[in-house]
Amino acid sequence: MATKLLIEAIHDTLVDEMRKDERVILMGEDVGARGGVFRVSADMIEEFGDNRVIDTPLAESGIIGAAIGASLNGLLPIAEIQFFDFIHSAMNQILNEAAKIRYRSNGDFHCPIVIRTPYGGGVHGALYHSQSIEAIFTREPGLKVVAPIFPADAAGLLRSAIHDEDPVLFLEHKKGYRAIRDEVPANGHVVPIGKARIVKSGSDATVISYGMMLHESLAAAKALEEKGGGSIEVIDLRSLRPLDSETILESVMKTGKVLIVHEANRFGGVGAEVSALISEEAFAWLDAPVMRIGGAEVPAMPYTKPLEAAYLPNQQTIGAALEKLAAF
Amino acid sequence: MSSTPTQTGTPVQLPKLGESVTEGTIGAWLKQVGDHVDKYEALVEITTDKVNAEVPSPFTGTLVQITAQEGETLPVGAELCVIDAGGGAAAEPVEATQHEQPASTTASEMPTATSAPPSDHERSPRPTGPDGALELLRTRSSPAVRRIAEEHGIEIGQIAGSGIGGRVTKRDILQFVEDQRSAPVQPATAVSTPTAPPVMPARPESREPAPAPAPGQVEVYEGDTVVPLTPMRRQIAEHMVRSERTAPHVTTWMEVDMTRVVAARARVKERFTQDEGFDLTYLAYVIKGVVQALHDHPNVNAVWDESRIIRRKAINIGVAVGLEDGLIVPVIRNADEKNIAGIARAIRDLTTKARENRLSVDDVQGGTFTVNNPGTFGTILSTPIIVQPQSAILSTEAIVKRPVVIDDSIAIRSMMNLSLSLDHRVLDGLAGARFLSEVKNWLERFNPESSVY
Repeated sequence: MATKLLIEAIHDTLVDEMRKDERVILMGEDVGARGGVFRVSADMIEEFGDNRVIDTPLAESGIIGAAIGASLNGLLPIAEIQFFDFIHSAMNQILNEAAKIRYRSNGDFHCPIVIRTPYGGGVHGALYHSQSIEAIFTREPGLKVVAPIFPADAAGLLRSAIHDEDPVLFLEHKKGYRAIRDEVPANGHVVPIGKARIVKSGSDATVISYGMMLHESLAAAKALEEKGGGSIEVIDLRSLRPLDSETILESVMKTGKVLIVHEANRFGGVGAEVSALISEEAFAWLDAPVMRIGGAEVPAMPYTKPLEAAYLPNQQTIGAALEKLAAF
Repeated sequence: MSSTPTQTGTPVQLPKLGESVTEGTIGAWLKQVGDHVDKYEALVEITTDKVNAEVPSPFTGTLVQITAQEGETLPVGAELCVIDAGGGAAAEPVEATQHEQPASTTASEMPTATSAPPSDHERSPRPTGPDGALELLRTRSSPAVRRIAEEHGIEIGQIAGSGIGGRVTKRDILQFVEDQRSAPVQPATAVSTPTAPPVMPARPESREPAPAPAPGQVEVYEGDTVVPLTPMRRQIAEHMVRSERTAPHVTTWMEVDMTRVVAARARVKERFTQDEGFDLTYLAYVIKGVVQALHDHPNVNAVWDESRIIRRKAINIGVAVGLEDGLIVPVIRNADEKNIAGIARAIRDLTTKARENRLSVDDVQGGTFTVNNPGTFGTILSTPIIVQPQSAILSTEAIVKRPVVIDDSIAIRSMMNLSLSLDHRVLDGLAGARFLSEVKNWLERFNPESSVY
């Protein structure tokens, strides 16, 4: 098993899948000659050529529209949106076309595209380069949304996404690209979409998270345990839609207390859906209100450092919430 | 934790209300949050298993927080409320706490957590202020706790909570289940103590020691009225269930010819009322007879103690006194040292104190035998429940004139039934009958000419 950065795991899986299957193509702004703004697709145009690694105009709607068309004609396109913040321009293509083609055509057509995009803050990116707007997409029945934060999960889920017959939004945390390094199994490793992972097992409370907040949560849980504050289970959702209700509910039935943490703001967020699922399905096992921590309820990530830090949940705020939950 | 000034005030703790009293149940709050209180002014009523008392304010100030809610049972030293003596400074130092209270988390920040203040439309509609939300937390159990309580037939109120605001957590109830499993002989004793609590001597119809249903198990229909338990009601219920469960009751009855006692009382009662200022009751005569019989039958004046039986030297007679919302059993201490007038006065004093809520701890402790007097309400037979840990209880029934056959002739006599319940672990039927017939003989042979003094 090799140890890789998150960004390396994604790069290597893209290369591996493009080598194995000619139908797989990559398209997006600067993915070719530049190798991607984050260098995810570094050197890929040299290996696969500009027919399969395609630099597109700055037109997100066009990128997704072209990917949809290509997929309907037998290819397996991977469309990169340079920043999640820019995806709004492609919303009509994603929500009205990609997500609905199978349903609209009564199953005659389907749209096997992957939309890869870096998301998340904490990198001094401000309004246009920090957003976590996944909840806009998780509410869409025709879309799958995944947000792996461990290199192995990124590799395994990207493979599943590429071979999924329907559109998958693949979220890559830009701060995690070069911050998270972990072991990745050899090529061919697959993680099924819709399965969460218990990163750390515990018995007194459950933290449900994803993305960079998963790592903050993990640190908070470990710190609390070292203080003797209880045994905390930490679940990485990995897939935001479909949700792994089985893993979530089993954990809730075990611990009775839940904290949901994500970087996106709370209102109508993924945490709201998880919370509703728990109160509907595991009400009789709850020993405390389901608690949520999210980013600040303001329109955008602030640019200035102290405000950016204040916007984001962190190990301390999560730890404080966990202590309250444990004492409840 | 709670001994340090919280917010802008100083906590007031549950004082020790008497010897051997380790906990109390919070009754009605006489002051509300925001009220001004003077030093020594009564703050809240406290019920122990023995008495009711009022907790006076240790200093002058403003009541800023009520920590202990009505119905809660707390150990001595637990925080009751917080009083701001003015200017936010702590008032006189208070006794160090003996009971750890959860940290002073304010309720508004508790049920949710966020790294940012919630926007307007996110604010939840729970009661504002720490008291409202805390009260909800304390009195409402989580679904998990309710489910476990239902599965195990546990009444949540009897568990000491370790959660925020004294809430019973899932861990608390699981621990309680575990404790009960390892000590199956002592059901539902988490709150009550083993000495003479208030008692209802009339036995319910069913002899089955059915566990109390958890709240919410009985369906409430439209038009029904739901009456929350008063601390006294809860204690009576717990004590009755415990007595029925632990002591196998046997009840026997005897008819007593009270004609001579009636004559004796008729002879002196007017003078007695003039001299003493209150009426001479038949109960005083009966208790005198009971005391005589107990003196001759020390096996009845006894306590079951699992591996042994303790025969009490002192003869302390509990007298059940009915109150508006329950019953209490004050005790005539050393009743064998009193004459009939003395017993009458003791009954009178204790009854008055009970009705005026002035009984002290000592007034209700240490009973060795209990007499109950439902006969004043016209009853002719009872099956009284023993006050634990005593081993017998006697009910005196109504005195009625009846035709009675005496030496083959029919006479009109004042007849009364006595109902005796005994703990069959301590006493057998024969011992009970012997004791009862001694009481009967004493009353039937009473000399109408004898003095009550």
